[in-house]
Amino acid sequence: MSTVTDVRTYRGFFTVTVLCLVILYAPLAVVTVYSFNASASITVWEGLSLRWYSDVFTGPESAKFKQAAINSFSIALIAASVATAIAVTAATAIVRGGRFWLRLPSLGLITLPIMVPEIVLAVATLIFFNAIGFTRGYLTILVAHIAFCIPFAYLPIQARMQGIDDTYEQAAMDLYASRAQAFRRVLLPLMMPGIISGFLLAFIVSLDDFIITNFVKGAGVETLPTAIFGSVKQGIKPNIMAISTMLLGVSVVMVTISYVVSKWDNTK
Amino acid sequence: MANGTTVAVDIRNAVKRYGEFTALKTISLGIADNEFFTLLGPSGCGKTTLLRMIAGFEDVTAGEIFLYGEEIETLPPHKRPVNTVFQNYALFPHMTILENVGFGLEMLGQSKAQARTRAGEMLELVQLSQFAARKPAQLSGGQQQRVALARALAPSPKVLLLDEPLSALDLKLRKAMQIELKHIQRETGITFIFVTHDQEEALTMSDRIAVMSAGELQQLGSPRDIYERPRNRFVADFIGETNLLDVTVDRIDGGIAECVLDSGQRLSCEAADSVAPDSRAHLSIRPERLVLGHDPAAPALKAQVRETIFVGTDITTLLTLENGPEITVRSSNSARGNKRVFAPGAHAFVAMEPGAARLLVD
Ligand SMILES: Nc1ncnc2c1ncn2[C@@H]1O[C@H](COP(=O)(O)OP(=O)(O)OP(=O)(O)O)[C@@H](O)[C@H]1O
Ligand SMILES: [Mg+2]
Repeated sequence: MSTVTDVRTYRGFFTVTVLCLVILYAPLAVVTVYSFNASASITVWEGLSLRWYSDVFTGPESAKFKQAAINSFSIALIAASVATAIAVTAATAIVRGGRFWLRLPSLGLITLPIMVPEIVLAVATLIFFNAIGFTRGYLTILVAHIAFCIPFAYLPIQARMQGIDDTYEQAAMDLYASRAQAFRRVLLPLMMPGIISGFLLAFIVSLDDFIITNFVKGAGVETLPTAIFGSVKQGIKPNIMAISTMLLGVSVVMVTISYVVSKWDNTK
Repeated sequence: MANGTTVAVDIRNAVKRYGEFTALKTISLGIADNEFFTLLGPSGCGKTTLLRMIAGFEDVTAGEIFLYGEEIETLPPHKRPVNTVFQNYALFPHMTILENVGFGLEMLGQSKAQARTRAGEMLELVQLSQFAARKPAQLSGGQQQRVALARALAPSPKVLLLDEPLSALDLKLRKAMQIELKHIQRETGITFIFVTHDQEEALTMSDRIAVMSAGELQQLGSPRDIYERPRNRFVADFIGETNLLDVTVDRIDGGIAECVLDSGQRLSCEAADSVAPDSRAHLSIRPERLVLGHDPAAPALKAQVRETIFVGTDITTLLTLENGPEITVRSSNSARGNKRVFAPGAHAFVAMEPGAARLLVD
């Protein structure tokens, strides 16, 4: 790259970059560091300890958090799986379905929820469940999560699929594979990195959703984000920081896997 | 086609349109069982399109195609006893070479072990056994092409469609593969429909050739037919090298046409059906059927040598005729050929073997 066009030579570039990084990561750093604090105060440092991590698992709130974690992970797993299956079907139809007139509108409709303010989606989903008389509880959360996870699962899958030449499927059918066999033996393996990536993204989005979940959950059913919010309302305790740090860890791992997988090439 | 032979592929008035654009204009031809049939034509003339229609990846806009007597529209691609060597190979990138070659057999219901054994044999045939465990991306273009060939041959189809299967190979390997392909075709009795834009390859390998241009069938015949009796100017020009001289047909008498060159010189040749007296036409004369000499023995054309080119087996002489037309003469560089070499600027006389000239319309 020419040094003249290199953004690093722009005045103030370095300062702005550092400022952005600090604003983004300082709160996370504070939470992570203080989760290892031995003190019961969230502002006074009294030395390293894993006290609050053990409090999460054994403390007075542990039963509540355990149930919330089970709910969160089971909902994320099911919602991400179902959303991914729907996304694969949709991507196959939209990318391989030829030029049907609903092609562009469907593409827009599938990805639109990402752009819509989440609060609008939350209210709409709640009204929908009320309208059909669906009692709020675990199931309403699950259904809502499936719905809003679809676009997140869809995008990486579609991106991957667009890069796959359709002569592979033609070659498979030329070699006596039925449409279904061509899909299963050729298209699906080639799409797999996109599918895994889409699944992980959907999983993360479901795991840390708060707004929609808070609207559609029934009384007594909590996920980790709503449980944390509930605890925080009674004052921030260091055990919240420990939970948050663990969630952060899970997110980082998932996003990293998702990124690596999207670059992964099963053709080498 | 002789009577009594089975027709493998019968194309009747097939038309292919992409929207407004007509890729194939009403083509009719029959390809016999066990035949080595070649579609020859310049880029974009519709060769791949026709193959894809036979394989089932393009629908037929109008007309019909029959495969061993069955109307093709009724058969989805995977039910047609046809395999294709794709122009871009289309090897499955996530499978090894061995899995690629065995794929068709597995889909036909053979066990994995059976498919593997046969795939191994096919790889031996194309001399790629040592690459069995690799992925396609780890092979050179020429090696991939041979894998594509092995993959298409493995299920022993009745008809094999080959879309420029040798284009990525170097000259030596290509020659070897041409012989190998011809051999495989004769051994297996599979009907080959071979696409190429290399006229020499078409002439060497085919039982019959269909010459196409701009979506139209120009001529259908044996390599000899097409080379020696081209039906129109396009075919004469496309197949081999030829001299095309503009002439006016003076009169036609007893199957012999008397033609007048623009310089006023007269030449006679066999008349063609489509040529009427007083019309403009082209004389096509192959360079190897012309002889250079010093003597003005009639009916020789006076010419001036522009260039003499030594090409190893041949000597090619480029000349300018009176009144401007250019002409090429090729003589064999052997005791049989006339080894006379003319210096540029020298005058010479160009004589024609009897029956060498062919009268053509556009
Ligand atoms: N899907 C398509 N839509 C529109 N036009 C097409 C399509 N496929 C092919 N064509 C056109 O049809 C014509 C014939 O194409 P085809 O691929 O059959 O050529 P070809 O003879 O195989 O050429 P080459 O030797 O370059 O492979 C071309 O002019 C091409 O642009
Ligand atoms: Mg082609």
